[in-house]
Amino acid sequence: MNEEIIIAGFGGQGVLSMGKILAYSGVMQGMEVSWLPSYGPEMRGGTANVTVILSDNRISSPALKKYDTAIILNQQSMDKFEAAVKPGGLLLYDGNGITRHPERKDIRIYRVDATQEATEMQNQKAFNMIVLGAYLKLKPIVTMENVMNGLKKSLPERHHHLLPQNEKAIARGTEIVKEIQKI
Amino acid sequence: MSVDIKDIIKPENLVYKKSSVLTDNVMHYCPGCSHGVAAKLIAEVIEELGIQREVIAIAPVGCSVLLYNYLQVDWQEAAHGRAPALGTAVKRLRPDRYVVTYQGDGDLAAIGTAETIHACNRGENILMIFINNGIYGMTGGQMAPTTLEGMKASTCPFGRDLEHDGNPLKITELIAQLPGTCYVTRQSVHTAAAVRKTKKAIIKGFQNQKAEKGTSFIEIVSTCSSGWKLTPAQSNKWMEEHMFPFYPLGDIKDR
Amino acid sequence: MKEIRLMKGNEAIAEAAIRCGVDGYFGYPITPQSEVMETLMALQPWKTTGMVVLQAESETASINMLYGGAACGKKVMTSSSSPGISLMQEGMTYLAGAELPCVVANVVRGGPGLGTIQPAQSDYFQSVKGGGHGDYHLIVLAPASVQEMADFVELAFDLAFKYRNPALILSDGMIGQMMEKVEMKPYKPRWTNDEIEQMHPWATTGKPENRKYNIVTSLELDSARFEVFNEKLQRKYQQIRDNEVRYETFECDDAEYLLVAYGSSARICQKSIQLLREQGIKAGLLRPITLFPFPTKEINALASRVKGILSVEMSAGQLVEDVRLAVNGKVKVEHYGRCGGMIHSPEEVVEAVKQKIIGG
Repeated sequence: MNEEIIIAGFGGQGVLSMGKILAYSGVMQGMEVSWLPSYGPEMRGGTANVTVILSDNRISSPALKKYDTAIILNQQSMDKFEAAVKPGGLLLYDGNGITRHPERKDIRIYRVDATQEATEMQNQKAFNMIVLGAYLKLKPIVTMENVMNGLKKSLPERHHHLLPQNEKAIARGTEIVKEIQKI
Repeated sequence: MSVDIKDIIKPENLVYKKSSVLTDNVMHYCPGCSHGVAAKLIAEVIEELGIQREVIAIAPVGCSVLLYNYLQVDWQEAAHGRAPALGTAVKRLRPDRYVVTYQGDGDLAAIGTAETIHACNRGENILMIFINNGIYGMTGGQMAPTTLEGMKASTCPFGRDLEHDGNPLKITELIAQLPGTCYVTRQSVHTAAAVRKTKKAIIKGFQNQKAEKGTSFIEIVSTCSSGWKLTPAQSNKWMEEHMFPFYPLGDIKDR
Repeated sequence: MKEIRLMKGNEAIAEAAIRCGVDGYFGYPITPQSEVMETLMALQPWKTTGMVVLQAESETASINMLYGGAACGKKVMTSSSSPGISLMQEGMTYLAGAELPCVVANVVRGGPGLGTIQPAQSDYFQSVKGGGHGDYHLIVLAPASVQEMADFVELAFDLAFKYRNPALILSDGMIGQMMEKVEMKPYKPRWTNDEIEQMHPWATTGKPENRKYNIVTSLELDSARFEVFNEKLQRKYQQIRDNEVRYETFECDDAEYLLVAYGSSARICQKSIQLLREQGIKAGLLRPITLFPFPTKEINALASRVKGILSVEMSAGQLVEDVRLAVNGKVKVEHYGRCGGMIHSPEEVVEAVKQKIIGG
């Protein structure tokens, strides 16, 4: 198993922490992992992205140009990373604010309206966990138990009371993810 | 009856002796220079306080770069201006040791201003000794940050022109403002009385370390006969007439 | 039980420093390595191991604090990124000249000047050729993973004290900022002052009655004596070259084409080799782990067996000069690399192999 993922969106959407939780889940499952963020001014309100690799083997390059999965959370990231999905790969996106939907024909495309769902749940912070749930539904590479353990590891202890809410958001994500295009 | 030298050199006739902390090396300082007296005083204080085992001293770049040839304590030779940074680390890593830095005006008040001010502002528990003779002696008499208005130096051969060269820096007054300093004083070593006062100040500087009071800062207004191009006697007179009015002696802060 | 953590390279340096018994860290914030001091300040090791952590007023002050601490025989370190490391060059040459052991970590960003905060490998010359004035070398280690960021702190101290020489950990913004699994080593106690006095009789620990006073200095006004000292330094560097070369090879056994890369670039090149081999091109990688000493002999030996060598680094071409010196004309050596904070992709390296080495 070797899964190469880019998660891209706005700073503040929880892009980096979602990647971190995914990486920690991989650690809990005994996998090799790497988490490489874009850093610097980009973090402050602009676009943010993180490359996460989960693998059964030693990871070579943590920086990539082509990905098995792109999780895209705004239009800029769609413009930048749609083309970076490997043929046959997966593109998962949140439809909120997307004005140009993905056009590739050689990849699987799924949509999760996480922004809208988080608003309905009256919990904007659940956004990235809804997206994570949608991803895990499509690629169950880590067990839910390990995801929860990973979440526990990456959240400071004072936030551990939020674990049930996060679990609920992940579950919601698995339910609302929609298939747009098969190959 | 002839008197033999052996008849004179007897313990009961002893009125003064060289500090055991000083080496037998002949000092390289020019006649009339204040450095030798200052170095001797530090040696005497270390001997009298019985702290030779506990002192780590830091030498600068300048005329006192070779100070480590004269005092038998463990020495570190710093890069130009950086002695307070070295002293900071030494004291933080060895709080059981006395730390003394010794710097000239170019070292402490020009190239090392940042290190000086920040060490004092952090209140590093060290003794800083500052030799201010208003000139760069070692490199051949260039203008110092403390060179007086109108005073000649090789890089202001027509005298320091405030419009062109800027003002002499009273860094000791500046340092006295900083809450980290516990004792800031300006002394000299040109008379026996002045020497006694400076020695008292140095003793206090070491005692303040023991009491963990913060930074003790002692400026010694000094002569540089070679740099000033005056005889030793003329230098002392010139210092009294010109340096002391601008750099007045006395304690600026003592808490 | 093994203690596995997911952490950033910068955090790993901080954690490893506490665990391997470092006495003092002195630093100044700069992107992309500020997490080193931030982590230390959050962990407050002065309350546990007694390690001193201090934010200095500048990189100039921090490197000179290292001088003061190292001269006391203490294990002291700092970290910074390229512009800050440039500012430290004065202190580095004094440390080398006074033969003081210490560790400096450079999490490199693109230059020259204020440059960019993105990763680069353009401080190679500065690191391996001296950097400051005078004839000296640092011992230079190039980690390629977060695990090595942690492990090399202790290794760097071991080498620094073995040879009484500053050691540099040369990483970059990519390894500093990325997270990987790290196995943390157990805590080692710091040396006591008595142990230091026994192990390092040269250190300024306060003069006891039974020894002459110690002087730590880089000054020697007698040129004849200073030449003798310089020759001694050069013998030391030769000893380091003879004994401390470290490197790793990857798929070199049947390789027809060789990549040479260190740190982040070596990771990227491993992926490139996988892609090249999928296309039937037999490529291998030699990764220098020590950049000084450089694996000259090992590269020269491989040069006899391959058709061409590509030196890959995130710079305009610095490492390539040492590769060419090692190969000594035996086979073609070309450079490839993005610079200015850009990271080359595995695919770009594949193209470079095809165009510059196979096709060129």
